Amino acid sequence: MNALNTISAIPMEHGLLLAATLFTVGFFGLLTRRDMLFMLMSLEVMLNAAALAFIVAGSRWANADGQIMFILILTLAAAEASVGLALLISLYRRFKTLDIDAASTMKG
Amino acid sequence: MLNLLPLTFAAPLLGFILLAFSRSRISENLATVIGVGSVGISALTTLLVGFDFLSNPPEGGSAVITLWQWMSVGSFKPSFALHLDALSLTMLGVITGVGFFIHLFASWYMRGDAGFARFFSYMNLFVASMLFLVLGDNLLFLYFGWEGVGLASYLLIGFWYHDAANGAAARKAFVITRVGDTFMAIALFILFREFGTLNIQELAVLAPAAWPVVNGVGATMATVTALLLLGGAVGKSAQLPLQTWLPDAMAGPTPVSALIHAATMVTAGVYLIARTHAIFDLSPFALQCVGTIGALTLLMAGFIAVMQTDIKKILAYSTMSQIGYMFLAEGVGAYQPAVFHLMTHAFFKALLFLSSGSVILAMHHEQNIFRMGNLRKHIPFIYWCMLIGTLALCAFPLTSGFFSKDAILHEAYLGGHYELWIAGLFGAFLTGVYSFRLIFIVFFGAERWRKAELHGHDDHGAHHGLSPKDEPHGAKTLDHHIPLAVLLVMALIGGFIHLPLDGVLPAAEHAEHGPAWIAYLPIPVSFAGIFVSWFLFLKRPDIPAALASGSVTKLIGQFWKSAFGFDWLYDKLFVKPFVWAANINKNDIADWVIGLIPLTLRGANSLAAATQTGNLRWYAFAAGAGAVGLIAAIALH
Repeated sequence: MNALNTISAIPMEHGLLLAATLFTVGFFGLLTRRDMLFMLMSLEVMLNAAALAFIVAGSRWANADGQIMFILILTLAAAEASVGLALLISLYRRFKTLDIDAASTMKG
Repeated sequence: MLNLLPLTFAAPLLGFILLAFSRSRISENLATVIGVGSVGISALTTLLVGFDFLSNPPEGGSAVITLWQWMSVGSFKPSFALHLDALSLTMLGVITGVGFFIHLFASWYMRGDAGFARFFSYMNLFVASMLFLVLGDNLLFLYFGWEGVGLASYLLIGFWYHDAANGAAARKAFVITRVGDTFMAIALFILFREFGTLNIQELAVLAPAAWPVVNGVGATMATVTALLLLGGAVGKSAQLPLQTWLPDAMAGPTPVSALIHAATMVTAGVYLIARTHAIFDLSPFALQCVGTIGALTLLMAGFIAVMQTDIKKILAYSTMSQIGYMFLAEGVGAYQPAVFHLMTHAFFKALLFLSSGSVILAMHHEQNIFRMGNLRKHIPFIYWCMLIGTLALCAFPLTSGFFSKDAILHEAYLGGHYELWIAGLFGAFLTGVYSFRLIFIVFFGAERWRKAELHGHDDHGAHHGLSPKDEPHGAKTLDHHIPLAVLLVMALIGGFIHLPLDGVLPAAEHAEHGPAWIAYLPIPVSFAGIFVSWFLFLKRPDIPAALASGSVTKLIGQFWKSAFGFDWLYDKLFVKPFVWAANINKNDIADWVIGLIPLTLRGANSLAAATQTGNLRWYAFAAGAGAVGLIAAIALH
């Protein structure tokens, strides 16, 4: 009960602002980075930003649903990381580089 | 036995389907068994049916077998019914009998050709269509077979389609016969509008009642209908003025020429007029047209044939000329001799064409008669076949052609058509000249292919013609000999067959029989032709050579050789203006408007394709921008 009180001491707006900032940082990282590893890291940042927004909102309404969603997103991020890293390895094997622009062979 | 009748066309039709779908996946021997065997079954069935028909004639001289109702549109209910009488039985015998031997010969002639099975599938379709044509009891059914014959002839004339000239010849035959077919279709429309039926037997009763002949002048509608039907017959039978496709049709393999000229196709027009004679009899003017067209065609074809150098073209023009005799006979009301001549002509013309095919192969695909000569020493069997066929063509006494052609000329004289009679007599003289010119040049005289200078400038390829040291070699297999031998016998004795046509076609009745020498006059006339031919082309070959260099005679010769310039005329009259109009019309506004649709689609497509850069970050940006846009839209709403 004590810990919950500590978090609720932070205003919700601040928490959401932090989440939005983190999401934007991740999104621009995704747009600007060409290295696939960094793009995956940017994706993780964006996922965590979304998870943080859930936690903040959950604590605002004293509801456990936000934390459940956090667990779900954590699992999702783990699955995404495994698939993403597998893709990264096969990308490297195929193009001998991690530059994502090298894989633009499907242009219309 | 009559119930077997559908088998006559079912067998070739099945053969066509089997061969068409197997294509080149089956061996030549199997294709021969299917292709020749199906027509063989057809011929055997005809024998059985014919024997039954003649021994127990059905009531009224004809039997109708209704297979099924074809369609039912309002009052128009044509049935799929077969009509068997002496006329269709005669045609049936000619088509399946002669057709079978042509097929058998073709299995020798075409051996080794890449399209062997394809060839026999078309041949079977040809025979089946022709059987539809002669067995149909209504004009629509007849028209169905009529068009099938046109299609099959197109496929076969253009059989060696790798050569563009053959494709052009096939198209020419198709388009020109289509002109005639259009006339015929209009005739059918008129008949249906006037009488509400296309059944031939019903028309034969209804038409005379509705269109009586008054004072020797037929009703206008009867004349129009008969002339339109004549248009169809003229197109199919290659008579003036739709005759130009026939010589070009020689582009097909030689057995095809034999089939077109002897058993099927060109005889269809003669059959059509005989079948619908009830309508022609109502219009003396139309009958006069039939006779005049026949006379003009037989004379013209005779003149042209004298100047041809291609062995197959000579025979083609001789066919045109003989069909002219049949038209002449129908024009004077002598339907029975016309059908009789159709039959005997089928025998000797099939023999002539198959022999010429054998000559062509013996000479390594050489068709120019001026590169042959003295061949009777090299291929004596073919020489005898050709000689008998030619004698029958010239109506030599006691050969088959003698009986039929003399009957035609005699009837023309007795009917009082003296100008047609004289034309026919002169045609007989020309026949003697051009047909024996072929014999004398090809089978007698010097062996011209041995002169090296004749080769070279217009040789198409190494495989064409014999080189000076080669010997012509005849065929030695039975599938080559049997058809020729049978047709040889039929060309000799075919004239003794008595066709039981009395109940079907009107017999000409004449009050006076004329002097007896009239009946025998064609004999010395033909002999005169043969003598002139011998004198000009064997005894004194310098005379034709001198004529060819004289200025006036050279011009006439060129005119005859170019088939009276009809190709040139039609090119100027129809082809050129049509191409000109088509060229003008190809950029019309309708095309332009329709062209906008694909243009728009293509533009939209390239726009959409441009977004697919294959660049992942671009996609991510698009997704992000889209999300921002959506959120903004919701927030601002």
